Amino acid sequence: MARPHPGHPTSPEKSAPPAPREGMASLVSDWSSERRVFDVPWGKAMMWIFILSDVFIFSCLLVGYMVLRMATVEPWPDANEVFALHVGGQSIPLLLIAIMTLILITSSGTMALAVKYGYAKERGRATLLLLLTALLGATFVGMQAFEWTMLIGEGVRPWVNPWGAAQFGAVFFLITGFHGTHVTIGVIFLVIMAVKVGRGSLEGSRAGFLTGRKGSYGMIESLGLYWHFVDLVWVFIFAVFYLW
Amino acid sequence: MDQGSHKQPELRVYLQVWLWLFVLSVFSYLVDLSGLEGLPKWSLITLLMLLKAGLIVAFFMHMAWERLSIIYAVLLPPVALLFLAALMALEANHTLSSRLSLFAG
Repeated sequence: MARPHPGHPTSPEKSAPPAPREGMASLVSDWSSERRVFDVPWGKAMMWIFILSDVFIFSCLLVGYMVLRMATVEPWPDANEVFALHVGGQSIPLLLIAIMTLILITSSGTMALAVKYGYAKERGRATLLLLLTALLGATFVGMQAFEWTMLIGEGVRPWVNPWGAAQFGAVFFLITGFHGTHVTIGVIFLVIMAVKVGRGSLEGSRAGFLTGRKGSYGMIESLGLYWHFVDLVWVFIFAVFYLW
Repeated sequence: MDQGSHKQPELRVYLQVWLWLFVLSVFSYLVDLSGLEGLPKWSLITLLMLLKAGLIVAFFMHMAWERLSIIYAVLLPPVALLFLAALMALEANHTLSSRLSLFAG
């Protein structure tokens, strides 16, 4: 069991001077004296560490994509044409992707509000916002499934496509698939969290069914971190895969 | 467990960030539609991408209100990824030039 942080109100070390809360001095004091470093709920610190590891995984995929695209002698398929949507006889480039981007950003906004209203103990609002976030996430995955179906119908496979470099299909399915999996997992956890908030499990510190963790509103914030990270990854995929 | 150890930002902050994310997304879409090519296009797209990422991390993920120990623990390691990207760009260039000189025709 980690010793409480000196800045913590329950710290027994009454005589010690209070730890600095800001600036370089707080960094030095957090890392010194063999204490618990991160003065936040452990769930949040661990979520940040998990996100950091996921950042490295997604970055490796995107760097791999860069290498494939730079090193190929075949022409790279033009995303504007590949991902165009035909509306009323007109071809609008990247329309579906633009809508998916706006949906994911909106879901990030509703998630941020859910965290806020969770801490404010407004259960009804927090539940609704979590469900709305889940719905937007599910819509995103649905549109992605539609996009995949369209491309597969046009003959795109991980090893071949009609427009040029065969590597295009491989990185497309790998990167968007990995991201879509993250969104799907997020939607599942959002629904679970909405149920927990709705029945008051977080307020009553009720132990979780699977993990036995006592409920707390900090859990919504950790889930929020994950959800915003999924949005963050999409910002990078949107820019480097679809727009470049 | 100490919850909400940092102050919660106002509703207005979230809505403003939200609006900016929309605006920046529309801008990056317009850059793509505008038919710009080469350096101007990808520097604009990268700039907009980093602005959006910064907004999400700072406000939605509350990084602006965290202690320096968390900020550095999360934001410093990804710097190594820039190094990886630079190395792999060199490697990819080399592969391309070998392919062009050895497999031409």
